[in-house]
Amino acid sequence: MVQQTDRPATRAVPVRKRRFRWRPRSTFGRHGLAVLVALVAVVLVLELTSPFRNSQLATMSYYAIAAAGLTVLTGLNGQISLGHGALMAVGAYTTGLLLGPEGDGALTLPLIMLIAAAVTALVGAVVGAAAARLHGPYLAGATLALAVAVPGLAIYFDHTLGGEQGLRIASPEVPGWFDATIYFLFAHETPSAKYLAYLGWGTLLLVLLLLANLMAGRVGRVWRAVRDDEVAAELAGIRLGQVRVLAFVVSAACAGLAGAVLGVVVRLAAPSGFTIVLSLSLLTAVVVGGLGSLTGALLGSALLVFLPPAVTNLGIGAGLDGTQAAQLAPFVYGVVLILVMLLAPTGAVGVLKKVSGRRRRTR
Amino acid sequence: MKARAPKVRNLCATLAAALLISACGAGGRPQEGGGTEPQVGVTATSVKVGAHFPLTGVAAPGYSEIPTGTKAYFDFVNAAGGVHGRQIEYVFRDDAYNPTQTSQVVNELVLQDQVFAITGGLGTPTHSAVLDYLNSEGVPDLFVSSGSLLWDQPQENPMTFGWQPDYEIEAKIIGQYVAQNFPQARVGLFLQDDDLGRDAEIGARRYLESQIVAAERYTPGNTDVAPQIAALQAAGADLVIGFNVPSYTALSQLQSLRLNYRPQWIYSNIGSDPALVGSLLARFSEGAVTDAGLLEGVLTTEYLPGVDNPDNPWMQLFQRVWDAHGGEGELTNYRVYGMAEAYTFVQALQAAGPNPTREGIVDAVERSGATFEGPWAAPFRYSAERHAGISGVQVTRITGGTTQNLTPVLVTDNGDAPITEATEEPAQPPADGIPDVQPVS
Repeated sequence: MVQQTDRPATRAVPVRKRRFRWRPRSTFGRHGLAVLVALVAVVLVLELTSPFRNSQLATMSYYAIAAAGLTVLTGLNGQISLGHGALMAVGAYTTGLLLGPEGDGALTLPLIMLIAAAVTALVGAVVGAAAARLHGPYLAGATLALAVAVPGLAIYFDHTLGGEQGLRIASPEVPGWFDATIYFLFAHETPSAKYLAYLGWGTLLLVLLLLANLMAGRVGRVWRAVRDDEVAAELAGIRLGQVRVLAFVVSAACAGLAGAVLGVVVRLAAPSGFTIVLSLSLLTAVVVGGLGSLTGALLGSALLVFLPPAVTNLGIGAGLDGTQAAQLAPFVYGVVLILVMLLAPTGAVGVLKKVSGRRRRTR
Repeated sequence: MKARAPKVRNLCATLAAALLISACGAGGRPQEGGGTEPQVGVTATSVKVGAHFPLTGVAAPGYSEIPTGTKAYFDFVNAAGGVHGRQIEYVFRDDAYNPTQTSQVVNELVLQDQVFAITGGLGTPTHSAVLDYLNSEGVPDLFVSSGSLLWDQPQENPMTFGWQPDYEIEAKIIGQYVAQNFPQARVGLFLQDDDLGRDAEIGARRYLESQIVAAERYTPGNTDVAPQIAALQAAGADLVIGFNVPSYTALSQLQSLRLNYRPQWIYSNIGSDPALVGSLLARFSEGAVTDAGLLEGVLTTEYLPGVDNPDNPWMQLFQRVWDAHGGEGELTNYRVYGMAEAYTFVQALQAAGPNPTREGIVDAVERSGATFEGPWAAPFRYSAERHAGISGVQVTRITGGTTQNLTPVLVTDNGDAPITEATEEPAQPPADGIPDVQPVS
């Protein structure tokens, strides 16, 4: 503590502040600006990378949307959910039912995605109401039941939901105005994979903007208060049940949106796509990235998408046959998880903060 | 946060500049040129094809061996100079039998690996996730490893072709056999609750409607089949036809052993590989049952020669291929399946001519696919109107670790097409082991 006073960095802050007066003062404005910058970056990345990278980024976007929602629930509010894969299934199936197998549904895609989020939020409210009374392992157990039961429902109502084979979902056509805009800016066509990536990342940025504001505001403070010390929070007049249910609803809405994006990217909602493995993957993404940080959710999702194919290709490059290389990916993934738990319990973001904290103080 | 501001500003400026510069590049849209575009995945010396298989996860036992057989056969062809001077590069990727992953790996195959075609992609739920994608991208989707009728929709899915006999015709042939040979039997059906069970039930009921006393369905993933087996026993079924995957053959056998229920069992081809079922039985019973002895006397069907028949000339060829180009492990029926698919693909590529195109290979299979000869028991049903695979099977009995033919090869088609005996003589493998199909003009 004593040492900090003579560090030049702390003295430099007010000077810098004066230099950038154009920066928006409100939290919303700052987040909005960051999202705008990110939007430009996303456009450039998507336009400069190959269609395959685009499709990987589209995959990453739906993991990240769900992981961001889970971050709010687990990182901020302290509730563990093993059922977010099932909530994604709710979103994906809703999208599939409304969009139809030929894409000839009466509603537009954004509206369908909103409905998917709303339906999932409703499911989240029901689950959240039950979950608000549970803690730790009991909560994990209850949400685990959700993860097991929802794919079962899809098989039980197989005439509506397609059973084991699932519901085929039409991939949306690239809208004319969108194609024209991209063509005007970059002088090339927009293939379907790229449009889906735009759709996913557009949704993701919107979700991040909303969540960041929610987290920075009063609601976020209340969530953190409940997580850190519920007795103190209750004494301060916070109604624990309501707060927990709200966190679950917000988180579920994100999962629903993620499911909607997954549906159109994968073009299928099938029970085997929403097993407990998906829920666990989301949880590991959140933990590996750094619990409670939206950036961490992004990093964790990137790891989920980019690590397995990279490992497989390394394995093939090293002379393994296809089967051995494929078996290498889950192994390396497990090793990475163990290493993160042992060496960096605060996740990737925690490590980054520690590294940058040596150079400057963060708030 | 505050200290990051200058970086943000610099980034903004850079990005804005980049945006402006790229915007300058935009102009009027050029007309599409009709030049001779090189075909994706085809070079002067190679042609690249891809596939998705469950190499890890619950569906990996057995199924993960198929691509190793395919690869061994392609290597065999490559060693002999390839097809039209081109080496076949075969890339197969793991989807863990999860359709979400199938969609990702097929994206990777098509966009990153730039394959010319997909061949032998495995699984009904998995492959249906990429059906629309492959067809909208115009990627030939040849010889799907599944008996679903989904692959035979040339109007909707012009690039997709089935390969193995579909479940409906297999069930028709089994149904007729039972009606003729067990006319007094009270028949129970043990069905996987998806296309496999549904298509099969349609086929079986065509001949057995009056004999069926129970139809029990199981949900894949739920390993408890006690209620279904008990219901079959309670209904008094003394002959049970199972349309299920191998692990459920093992589960149903163990469960009926437990209930002391001994009907005559008939399993469809995909559920009856004795080697795999034997190893699954050993695993599920934790060693109490050590081999496929439980399958003694069980009836099934065949459309390819098996490893239990080493004197078959096709098996001698495939053994030779496996010894020369296989990896670790023995030749298995799954590897034979993979080799037979590879043999078909080589024929399709030969038929597509010296300058294969994606449309060309589809056209070639439609025009000459019905005449392809190979280890399969009955001809393919390919034409411009049909993309259905092998047209028949023969009924066999598993006995003493091998199989004994009960009928000649029976050929039929979907719907009310009659069942007839195959008229063609079984094909003999070419001396060099490589098919010789003439290009379709």
